[in-house]
Amino acid sequence: MLTIENLSATVADKQILKDLSLTINAGEIHAIMGPNGAGKSTLGYTLGGRPGYEVTGGSATLDGVNLFDLEPHERAAAGLFLGFQYPVEIPGVSFVQFLRESANAQRKARGEAPLSGGEFLKLAKEKAGLLRMDMDMLKRPVNVGFSGGEKKRAEMVQMGILDPKLAILDETDSGLDIDALRICGEGINAIMRKPDKAVLLITHYQRLLDYVKPDFVHVLAGGRIVRTGGPELALELEEQGYEAVAA
Amino acid sequence: MSDTLTLPTRKEEAFRYADIASLEALWPVAVQDIRVAAGEGGALALVLDGSNADAREIALVLEDGASFDLRLLNAGSAYGRIAVSVKLGKGANFHLGAAQIAGGNQTVEIVTEVTHAEPDAVSSQVIRSVLGGHATGTYLGKVAVARGAIGTDGSQSIRAMLLDRTATANARPELEIYADDVKCAHGCAVGELDPQGLFYLAQRGLTPAQAKKLMLQAFIAEAFVGAVDEEALTQAALDALEAIL
Repeated sequence: MLTIENLSATVADKQILKDLSLTINAGEIHAIMGPNGAGKSTLGYTLGGRPGYEVTGGSATLDGVNLFDLEPHERAAAGLFLGFQYPVEIPGVSFVQFLRESANAQRKARGEAPLSGGEFLKLAKEKAGLLRMDMDMLKRPVNVGFSGGEKKRAEMVQMGILDPKLAILDETDSGLDIDALRICGEGINAIMRKPDKAVLLITHYQRLLDYVKPDFVHVLAGGRIVRTGGPELALELEEQGYEAVAA
Repeated sequence: MSDTLTLPTRKEEAFRYADIASLEALWPVAVQDIRVAAGEGGALALVLDGSNADAREIALVLEDGASFDLRLLNAGSAYGRIAVSVKLGKGANFHLGAAQIAGGNQTVEIVTEVTHAEPDAVSSQVIRSVLGGHATGTYLGKVAVARGAIGTDGSQSIRAMLLDRTATANARPELEIYADDVKCAHGCAVGELDPQGLFYLAQRGLTPAQAKKLMLQAFIAEAFVGAVDEEALTQAALDALEAIL
């Protein structure tokens, strides 16, 4: 589904990703772990097309489509969802309006019919329910006044509504208490653990992986993947630390 | 303000940023006089969204205890000028909510002069401008407090959003106070759309124009909140936004 080959990228002229290669097949869940500053978030932003993240070499394709030929909104329509570590607050715009417009913009780009107001609300209610989020929360301005945990759950509700092929979730576990962590984990499984979807979890800690079992765990250090293993690698990292494992 | 037949020049303060060439064809501008009797209320929504240059002049007199709610949308596709003079009697209440939306090489401007002639009157002005391309948007707002007009409460909130670095926003709130015990406040800010917010919206699938429109919608809404025809004004503003995005 996602094929990254020898990807190099800079942020503010600083080389962050160096010859990074990674293949994720449909039906798989991958976790990328690594110390601060290893380039984990940069990988997500570079694939998402955030301004300021410049690709200096290599390629990334999603189901054969070159992501770097597409604008950020076109990558979203192609099925890429980026769960933000710090979801942005947008005062004066309700979640419901924003998500309906987003979902329909993606549908339009794919040549599908738009969702009616009723269809959208039904879908939103179902996905909010998965994340135990009250629909009234979605009538509020986007992320404004939400706690850290609420923002992350709202990200997962968005993922459920937009129904991407590939979700890259950047530290979805940060800022979550134990209950919220379990709810988010279950949400990710319910929405994304399907034969035609894939997930890339970016995380520092093992704890999210107790709920969302990865098929592969990668260690990112110095801008490239230095080790790959199964779920046991996350436990090894937890015990021994990055320095020992990545060396 | 323009009760003269001579075309003003840019040396005159109220015309400093005006598009004089466009104004010439419209000059002299007929003054729309509105007088609200003591204790009465009134409202007016003026929308300039046509394709020809337009200039309007409104002279409001609010007698004691009268109130008036004025809403302006200055979003035509050519030069647009709206000048408003207001004279407030004792305890009168005047509110202005205005939005200016311009792109290309357009010039839009709102010029106000609010005179608190008697004590205890309240005036509040909310001006929101969205400017793209090489457009120029101006707000010149004078609040004058006459001798003896104690208990005056005047406020001006002026914000402009520049969509391109080539657009220009002029904002000049001005206070002229000849009385003690008055409260006059103004806030003024010129900014750009938050690029982080735009990327967030794009990542969810919105086109750049949709993302900008969504973020600007909330900004513009502040000018029309609480208006009698809030919905129609907001829709007209959104249509104007769409035209410049």
